[in-house]
Amino acid sequence: MRISASLLRLSLIGAFGFFAIAAGAQGLEDKVTIVTSYNKDMTGPFVAAFEKKHPGTKVEVQQRHTAAAVTFIQETKSNPPDIFWASAPDAFEVLKQNTLLQKYKPKAEGIATKAGSYPINDPDNFYTGFAASGYGIEYNTRYLKANDLPVPKEWDDLKKPIYFGHVGISAPSRSGTTHLTVETILQGEGWEKGWATLMEIGGNLTQVSDRSFGVPDAVNSGQYGLGIVIDFFGLSGKASGFPVEFVYPSVTAIVPANIGIIKGAQHQKAAEAFIEFLLSEEGQQILLLPKIQRLPVRLAAYDKAPAGFPNPFKNGKLGAGVHFDVDVSEKRYQLVNSLFDRVITFRLKELNGAWKAIHDSEKKLGAKASPAAKKMLADARKLASAVPISGKEASDPAVMNSFHKLKEGEKAAGRQAEFEEKWDAAALKNYGEAKSLAEKALSAK
Amino acid sequence: MADTATVPAAPRAPLAFRLGASPAQIAALALVALFLIAFLVVPIVRVIQIAFTGVDGRFSLVNFGDFFQTSLSRESFWNSVYVSAMTVVVASIIAVPLATIISRFRFRGAALIHTLGVIPLVMPPFVGAVAMQLIYGRNGSINLLLHEFFGFRIPFMEGLNGVIFVEAVHYFPFILLNLSAALSNIDSAMEESAQNLGASGFSLFRKIVFPLALPGYVAGAALVFVKVFDDLATPLLLSVTNMLAPQAYLRITSVGVSDPQGYVISVIMIVCALTTIGLSQLALRGRDFSTQQRGGGGLARRKLGKGGTWLATAFVILTLLIVLSPHIGILLLSFGTVWSFAVLPDGYTLDHYTTIAREAGPYITNTLLYCGIAGFIDVVLASIIAYVVLRTRLKGRHLVEQMAMAAIAIPGLVLGIGLLRTYYDVHLPTGESLATFWGMLVIAYAVRRLPYALVSAKAALRQLHVHLEEAAESLGAGKFTTLTKIVVPLMTGGLLAGFVTSFATAAVELSATLILVTRPPDAPISYGIYIYMQAAAGRGPGAALGVIAVLVVAVATFLSYRLAERERDLKSREGVF
Repeated sequence: MRISASLLRLSLIGAFGFFAIAAGAQGLEDKVTIVTSYNKDMTGPFVAAFEKKHPGTKVEVQQRHTAAAVTFIQETKSNPPDIFWASAPDAFEVLKQNTLLQKYKPKAEGIATKAGSYPINDPDNFYTGFAASGYGIEYNTRYLKANDLPVPKEWDDLKKPIYFGHVGISAPSRSGTTHLTVETILQGEGWEKGWATLMEIGGNLTQVSDRSFGVPDAVNSGQYGLGIVIDFFGLSGKASGFPVEFVYPSVTAIVPANIGIIKGAQHQKAAEAFIEFLLSEEGQQILLLPKIQRLPVRLAAYDKAPAGFPNPFKNGKLGAGVHFDVDVSEKRYQLVNSLFDRVITFRLKELNGAWKAIHDSEKKLGAKASPAAKKMLADARKLASAVPISGKEASDPAVMNSFHKLKEGEKAAGRQAEFEEKWDAAALKNYGEAKSLAEKALSAK
Repeated sequence: MADTATVPAAPRAPLAFRLGASPAQIAALALVALFLIAFLVVPIVRVIQIAFTGVDGRFSLVNFGDFFQTSLSRESFWNSVYVSAMTVVVASIIAVPLATIISRFRFRGAALIHTLGVIPLVMPPFVGAVAMQLIYGRNGSINLLLHEFFGFRIPFMEGLNGVIFVEAVHYFPFILLNLSAALSNIDSAMEESAQNLGASGFSLFRKIVFPLALPGYVAGAALVFVKVFDDLATPLLLSVTNMLAPQAYLRITSVGVSDPQGYVISVIMIVCALTTIGLSQLALRGRDFSTQQRGGGGLARRKLGKGGTWLATAFVILTLLIVLSPHIGILLLSFGTVWSFAVLPDGYTLDHYTTIAREAGPYITNTLLYCGIAGFIDVVLASIIAYVVLRTRLKGRHLVEQMAMAAIAIPGLVLGIGLLRTYYDVHLPTGESLATFWGMLVIAYAVRRLPYALVSAKAALRQLHVHLEEAAESLGAGKFTTLTKIVVPLMTGGLLAGFVTSFATAAVELSATLILVTRPPDAPISYGIYIYMQAAAGRGPGAALGVIAVLVVAVATFLSYRLAERERDLKSREGVF
């Protein structure tokens, strides 16, 4: 079957040779296939402009969500698409580690090397950053007004009792960019304190969505009022006419969005040309369109940006103040995701219950709380924000190895399921105790 | 019960064709088995083998031990069982009265119920989710109104009860379709004889209607149970993660994760689905439901009194209003400008329809083509399996049936990955990979929706007494003639129900589609909707495309019912028997 197929393909190549020559005026192949997680609003303008610039080369875009795209590339090694184009750096990292990408160092110059403390390009040149994005808070103005809620400015605002049940986020295990935000908090505040912050915000969450777009979608429609989202979701929602606004907290992660050539690509030259086009002056300007709204990586592109457009390479606040260690992040990637799901995503109801009880008791008792009650509430807070694995244990290589396929010479401390069961049990116990302590504090003399 | 309700069970003549099977039957079953092995078993095994692999890479059951030792897994398991069982109860409350009204009484608009009854199945993911939240969500239209006028909210969409509510609204058509097919197959002569013998009212129901309608009801209820057990979209929409399907999904689809638990859960879900189907068959075993007399066109339809008509109309309107509210939601969304934290959209426009008018053409024709072929394949395969299982003693027939039914519990994602893994390196003469050829989408749909068609086909054949075939054969008709002139025409209603469910549900299949589509021009409508709904500005056009999907399926359903009704009329006029 395969022999006859390749024979046939040979004859087809002969038949189409004519077109290949026609397209070859600029030395490019007649098409380039791109697998992307980006929506039409984003890919459309780039494809149109590229095809105009390189007549004879057709761009074929296959849209899939990131996980499906990675699976597709893994399963189609024998005859892969040419380019993978997506935000999540972790997806590129997975492809790189499975040797599914090929090196390409873009020729374009005048490109920033770092967004905040995060490198724009893969140090080994397997993938290239073409835009940057920052995390922030999107809020629905009608919703805030109807519920008498103040406008939040900082991450810490989201801990306030007033936002209980009004906040949404996507799970870090489902969204590479949320993962980076979580990791930024953990590295900025340290393991124990970082988790305490996450769990206290977690107490206010009404939803941990399984897809990145689920959060802006819910805020746009007013299902809940505030979402922790990446900037272009917030900005494009506003550009589409929804009553929403977007703010960057003063300390936030700026992360690159990437593109890379897939190993074994059939249209190498066209693929390279597409990447160069993305980084060119013309391509970078497209990023500024209202429906796209991503931060260019070409420094000169900001000269033509509308007033008030955030520039992470000039604005000292954006992306600064955070030291981001890529190495640490990579090693404990799956562990952090799994832990977040255990203590927050899957136990959201219990976590909500504990924090609601704490907030209610604190409000009722106010300043009049007796020392015993204060002690009980402090203990309850501690329990509701205690991470079930210490920073030291979490950075033990044998523990981290339990969360991915073992490579040669690696040893694991146990199976993922064993750790998860321990964390789940601890979370349930802590949240239950925190709740009953907070309730008891009300009657404590 | 059996001997009052059915023809006295004559000692079955040891005819050759019932003991063994004819070569043609064996060949047909072998072909079906081959199809299932090639496009279901092999791809699935290639994916879920990871569930049986230990840390050292060898075969091991340790992952299953982990599953049962994990409290979250056990909790998820019981939540899934509870939700599925309660959904069957709630769905029955909706479906049984509707089925009774359309098949027992002369009721205007019965065809409307038939058609509208299928519509809930055609709820494209993402659109349905958005629409349900806009109507029933915490800040949806109904709760905003309640809050403004009465100061409280009803948590329709929260927790396990929310899942039960949404699932029941979505899946009750399975019971409706199968039950009404069964009810309309009951011969009025049966009822008349019972009445002549003095039975009426409840005893008529208990002795005649109930046992004869039971296979259809059980078939529908089992489907609802299994489908809800396997359903992913609803729990995810309501952020209920403590159920099996979302647990499996979240673990399988995380980028770069090799966590075996996701596959363990998939295996457990397949086992549960097979057990449920097996139990439902066990419940029907030893009961002979078939009737010899045919052609009366179902139970005598009685006239409803004034009060009865009023009550029935009220019930139908109320039910349809609840059931169709997501569709009303999509409709508003597709005409609305901005709809955010408000009872209704801010304004109305036709823009979304002009946007998709330019691009939606191929999506619609692809959908009709793919799902039409898939539905046809399903009906053919299902008839063969049903016939061989119920009419022959062929060895291995139950195994083939179980293989086909197992598809119901296979997450679309797992099947998609498996097909890609198995067939990507097989090339068509054109050089295109078999896995990314559009025909593979048809096969994936056919495999995934085969259980629906099979359940309907079996229920239909079960009601058809084997004596009819024997009579035809003793009058000199060959097997083929018997099949085409007797069996198939008499099964039409059931097969049609199977085709409609297969077709309609395939039209909105997304998970396998997302893996297998490689060229947008080859994509079906579900893919188009998905793409639109991923952008803030794409909500309106996505909803408009959703409306079109619903319309397409509604028209197809309506036409096939009209066709079936005409066939039935023709038959009863000609007096086949």
